[in-house]
Amino acid sequence: MSEALKVLGEHIQAARNTAVTGWEIAHGELTVSIHRDRIEEVLTFLRDDPACKFTTLIDICGVDYPQRAERFEVVYHLLSMHQNHRVRVKLSTDEETPVPSVHAVYPVADWFEREAFDMFGIVFSDHPDLRRLLTDYGFEGYPLRKDFPLTGYVEVRWDEEQKRVVYEPVELVQEYRDFDFMSPWEGAKYVIPGDEKAEG
Amino acid sequence: MAADDMTQDAPRTFTLNFGPQHPAAHGVLRLVLELDGEVVERVDPHIGLLHRGTEKLLEHKTYLQGIGYFDRLDYVAPMNQEHAFCMAAERLAGITVPRRGEYVRVLYCEIGRILNHLLNVTTQAMDVGALTPPLWGFEEREKLMVFYERASGSRMHAHYFRPGGVHQDLPPKLIEDIRTWCDEFPAKLDDIDSLLTENRIFKQRNVDIGVVTKEDVLAWGFSGVMVRGSGLAWDLRRSQPYSVYDELDFRIPVGKNGDCYDRYLCRMEEMRESVKIMIQCCDWLMKEENAGEVLATDSKFSPPRRAEMKRSMEALIQHFKLYTEGVHVDAGEVYAAVEAPKGEFGVYLVADGTNKPYRLKIRAPGFPHLAAMDFMNRGHMLADVSAILGSLDIVFGEIDR
Repeated sequence: MSEALKVLGEHIQAARNTAVTGWEIAHGELTVSIHRDRIEEVLTFLRDDPACKFTTLIDICGVDYPQRAERFEVVYHLLSMHQNHRVRVKLSTDEETPVPSVHAVYPVADWFEREAFDMFGIVFSDHPDLRRLLTDYGFEGYPLRKDFPLTGYVEVRWDEEQKRVVYEPVELVQEYRDFDFMSPWEGAKYVIPGDEKAEG
Repeated sequence: MAADDMTQDAPRTFTLNFGPQHPAAHGVLRLVLELDGEVVERVDPHIGLLHRGTEKLLEHKTYLQGIGYFDRLDYVAPMNQEHAFCMAAERLAGITVPRRGEYVRVLYCEIGRILNHLLNVTTQAMDVGALTPPLWGFEEREKLMVFYERASGSRMHAHYFRPGGVHQDLPPKLIEDIRTWCDEFPAKLDDIDSLLTENRIFKQRNVDIGVVTKEDVLAWGFSGVMVRGSGLAWDLRRSQPYSVYDELDFRIPVGKNGDCYDRYLCRMEEMRESVKIMIQCCDWLMKEENAGEVLATDSKFSPPRRAEMKRSMEALIQHFKLYTEGVHVDAGEVYAAVEAPKGEFGVYLVADGTNKPYRLKIRAPGFPHLAAMDFMNRGHMLADVSAILGSLDIVFGEIDR
């Protein structure tokens, strides 16, 4: 299996040498990293090339790494029902730089890109209809970003006096507890008062 | 005079809100329909009314706690989705599942498939006007949910699959009862079959409605019955076998025309095939030589035995750590997909070496199907919208996440 993937990875690298920045096989899956601006061209190649035939776009999703210069990774999962193999295509972007939309290559990308925009604020250029998809009408912020709190910012309730649903800032009776499970034997640095005396 | 001409000649398109509380919307779907008379010109689905932020929540829960969220996605076939998540965690943590565990999983996945198809086939019939099928179908679903309850303690939200197998072995009486049910069920299915398959109204409403060609299937990222109804023999259980599906004997029903009626026929046939798989699993599980563990004992994911905890301090500590801190899974990323009843249900898991997933993307099969709603409905009549929606097999738990 991984031998076939290796051949495939080399084939993609050779055919789109300037677009592909690297590829690797891990856990029996092929991941190809590419330049952001070349996504449309690479996906068209992957769809039409007889050795690839990735005719189905399974998924597009974002991943947020706030510490990186280009914080978002956009991940495309492709499947070929003809050749019975899968590939993962990755590129990176930041909050401002748009990623070319691939809805012309795979029509289904329309909704997947809308979802990525909704959840992360990743902008797709030339998208026909880049509206929010899953969040509430009039929602602000991008919920799957790492700096967005789990509890969100607003909550709704039915107001008996105004006879309508009202939005209010979230009020928590108890702060959300996200435990730090870093083991003291495995690298957590706790400063215990008095320890500095041992250092001399 | 001129004003009258204007009103007669002006295009009479108008916009209709379908849902969010329409009984044929299968949950909370709001469709904004643009109609020219009775002909649909554009469909704009507004989704997200059931959005609970499952993916965000999973980033804050340990792997073991996360399983429960998968029951709540497609809540008519809960265990199939737990399966995908457990497979992803197993591949990252390098766990092999004992064969008995795999057979129990397959047995319950097929129960899930029948649960799902029973609901879909019968409510699709209800969408086009028949009331009896859902009543008959739900009676059988109830029996299957009792099997869920007897295995896991819960009718729907089972939390039964674990990375490394399933939580507990099945009692022998339960396996016998499932086996008996497998003998009785085909007759019940024949009853539903006799109500619908040759029913004139049912056929008028479904034949040649919502046709998708093979090219459309690929372009719109369809999976599951939506693919097979159009004549492509694609089933992950067969083409990329996982668990023990490669050891079992079953067939993949394929449609011809890709319309709503063919998808209905595929689902009916798939239920019969699922019963075949369940019979094979029950027979295998009942054999004495196949007794054994259902959960990998060598992995950190399996809790120590209760008896052991009474004697061993280490076992007690391990139990405590497992249920509070959870297991640290090696960094890496993996995509695991199963053939859920609705199509390919995938989990893209990015782990960073801590006890929680760094990012988890749920690929719900219904999502691309609903995305194609506009494409499938254009040019159809208003009454066909509910027939097409019914045949898409939509459950909002998984689409909105």
